[in-house]
Amino acid sequence: MIAALLVMAAIAVILGAILGFAAVMFRVEENPLVEKIDAILPQTQCGQCGYPGCKPYATAIAAGEAEVNLCPPGGEEGVAKLSELLGVEPVALAVEPRPKAVAVIIEDQCIGCTLCIQACPVDAIIGATKQMHTVIAEQCTGCELCVPPCPVDCIDMVPIPETLRTWKWKPPQAPAPARPPMGKPSEIDA
Amino acid sequence: MAGLFKFFGGVHPPEHKAQSTRLPIARPSLPPRLFVPLHQHIGNHAKPAVRVDEVVLRGQMIGEAQGRISVAVHAPCSGTVRGIAPALVPHPSGLSDLCIEIEPDHRDAAIEARPLDWRGVPRATVFDHLRQMGVAGLGGAVFPTYAKLAGAPRVLDTLVINGAECEPFITCDDLLMRERAAEIIAGTLIMGELLPARRVVVGIEDNKPQALAAMDAAARQAGGAVVVVAVPTIYPGGGAKQLIRVLTGIEVPTGQRSTELGVQCFNVATASSVWRALVRGEALTHRIVTVTGNVREPRNYEAPLGTPIAHLLAQAGELPGTTGFIMGGPMMGFELPAAEVPVVKASNCVIAKSAALFPPPAPELPCIRCTRCVTACPAELTPHELYWFAKSRNFGKAQEYALFDCIECGACAYVCPSNIPLVSYFRFAKSEIWAREREKNAADDARERHEARAARLERDKQERAEKLAAKTAAAAPPPPSSPASSARDTALVRTLSAPAAPVTPTRSPDEGASRADELETDRARLRELAEQKHEHG
Repeated sequence: MIAALLVMAAIAVILGAILGFAAVMFRVEENPLVEKIDAILPQTQCGQCGYPGCKPYATAIAAGEAEVNLCPPGGEEGVAKLSELLGVEPVALAVEPRPKAVAVIIEDQCIGCTLCIQACPVDAIIGATKQMHTVIAEQCTGCELCVPPCPVDCIDMVPIPETLRTWKWKPPQAPAPARPPMGKPSEIDA
Repeated sequence: MAGLFKFFGGVHPPEHKAQSTRLPIARPSLPPRLFVPLHQHIGNHAKPAVRVDEVVLRGQMIGEAQGRISVAVHAPCSGTVRGIAPALVPHPSGLSDLCIEIEPDHRDAAIEARPLDWRGVPRATVFDHLRQMGVAGLGGAVFPTYAKLAGAPRVLDTLVINGAECEPFITCDDLLMRERAAEIIAGTLIMGELLPARRVVVGIEDNKPQALAAMDAAARQAGGAVVVVAVPTIYPGGGAKQLIRVLTGIEVPTGQRSTELGVQCFNVATASSVWRALVRGEALTHRIVTVTGNVREPRNYEAPLGTPIAHLLAQAGELPGTTGFIMGGPMMGFELPAAEVPVVKASNCVIAKSAALFPPPAPELPCIRCTRCVTACPAELTPHELYWFAKSRNFGKAQEYALFDCIECGACAYVCPSNIPLVSYFRFAKSEIWAREREKNAADDARERHEARAARLERDKQERAEKLAAKTAAAAPPPPSSPASSARDTALVRTLSAPAAPVTPTRSPDEGASRADELETDRARLRELAEQKHEHG
C-alpha cells in the first residue's frame, strides 16, 4: 500500500518536473499564429488590406480584428489557406485581384524626384536626386504604391507576360460523367 | 558481364519502329530559313554572339554560354543572320523564345576545325571545350555534358551508355549505332578515360539486332574495354534509372542521383558528339531526327539544328489527313503548337499524327482503383493515389507520395482502363508545385527586403531624434532640474501626501531637528513646484 503510494507520488513528482522544465525550455516568445499567417500572405506590402503591410495585417487577423478576405494579391487561394489555418468559413475576396504586374518607369520622363523610391516598400527602385530612376523588375512586388506619388505620372504597371520559365501545365479537362446525362422528361417524350 | 537485373513494372506498347529503319540516315536539303533557338539545353540562355546581317560560317559560335550551367550554340550552315528575335520553339506551351534566324547561302563554308589534344590538357580545359562546342545530352534531357562529367566522383564505378531507345516510333539512336558505331565507341572510350570509369557498359534493347552487332564489332575492334550488352525490350527500359538498374542492379533512391552511387548514364548520340567535338573539332550543329508517322517515306535525317520541322516533313512526304505533330515519342512526347518550330538538340523524333495511328482519346472515366497503374509504374509509385492528390490540388500530399520520382514515362496512362491521362495530371501538379516554390521564394525575398527597409527607417528616425536632442542640448541652457532631483521631487510628493508618520521616540533630538530642517526645505521646494505647475496649467 505504502509502496504503491510512494511510486505514484514519485511518478507525479518526476512528471511535474518534466512539465515545469518544458514550460521554461520550450517557451513560445511570440504569438506563432502571426508568423503562420504572415507566411501565407504574399508579401506584396501593398496596403490594399488597409494595414501598412503584410505583417500588420497578419497581426490584425491573429487578434481577430480583421477579416481574412482583404488581401487581393493573395487571391482566392490565399483566402482559402487563411480560412483553413484559422478554422473559419471561407469567404469571397472583398476586392477583385488584378493580374500580377510590375512597375516600369518611363525613363525619359523621369525627373529624378526620388518620391517613388521613398514609397517603395521593398526598396526595388534605384536612383538618386535628379538622376533617372529604374525599377529592379525581379524585386518589384507590383504593389502600385509608387504610382500615385510620381509627379510626372511616368510609372506604368505592366502585366507580367508568361515565359517558358513561368509557364505551367494546365490541368486536364475534368472527366466526363460516367453516364450520359438524363434528358428532361419533356425531351424524352418528344 | 554477369547476369542482368530487372526493374519493376513496364509495358509493351506496339513498337512502330520498322517503318523508319528501312532507309539509311539522310541529309535533308537546307530550308530557306533556319531558326536556331538560344536555349536548347538545361541551364542559362546562350547570349547572342552575332549581329543582324552578319555573315556566319558553319560551326561558328552564334550564342555564347552564360553562367555555370550553359552551353554554346553554333551556326549549322553558312549564311547571313537575318534576325535575332523571339520565334516559336518546340515547347508544349506554344510560347516563343529568342532565336537566331539564318538565311543559308548554300556555300557550306565552315570555320576551321578546332580539335583538342584532350589527353595532353587538364580536365577543366576539356570540359570547357565541350561547353564551347555546345555538347549537351541528346537523349532528351539536354543537360550540358561537361557539367555532368565534372560533377562525377573522382573515380566512377560504371559508365553506362544508353542505346536502349525504348520508346515506340523513335529510331534515331538505332540508325546512329548501325552506321556510326565506331564514333560512339570512340566517344565512349574518351568519356571513360576522362571520368575515369572502372568499367564501361553499353546497353541496347534486344529488338535492335543490327545495332547490337555493329556496336559489338566496333567495341571489339577498339580493344574490348567497352562491353556491349543486350537488354530485354520493355518500355521504359531506356530510362536512365531503369537502364542503370538492369545493368548494375543499383536502384537510385528518392532524392539522390546515380552519380552519388558511382554510376553515370549518357546517350549514344552524346558519346558520338563528344568524339566529334574533341577529335574532329566540330561543334554540335546537327542531330539525327526520326521523321515518321503519317509520311510517305519515314526515315532518319541528320538535320541542321534550327531546320523547321515542316521542312523535314515535306522531304519525307507528309500525307494528307495529318491531324497534328508530336515531338518525341507517343508515350513521353508532346504535341507541337505548329509545324514551323525548329529542330533543337532535344528533338529525337517527329511524328505526323493521323486518325488511324492516333485515334482521338477515349473519354476519361472515373478511376476505379484497379491499381493496374501501380503494377506498370517503373518508379514503383502509386499513380492512382497521385492522380487523386493532383486532381484535388493536394500538392503537399502528392509530394509526400514521391510525385517527383515520376519519370513521366506514361506507362500508367497506357494501361489505365478508364483512359485517364495520368501523366498530364502529374505534369500539372509538378509545374504547379514549382510555381508555388518560386512564389514562396519571391515572397520571402520581399519580406526580408521590407523588414530591412523598416529597420533602416527606424534607425534613421532614431538617429535624427538623437541629433536633434544633442543640438537642443547644446543651444539651450541646462534645464532647471536635473533628472536626479526631479526623481526626488516625485518621491517627495508621495511622502507629503501620505499621512504624517508618528515621530519615532528612539530618535535623538539632534536628529529630529536636522530632519525638521530638511522637511522645511523640501516644503519650500514643493511650493515652488506647485506654483510652476499652476503657471503652466
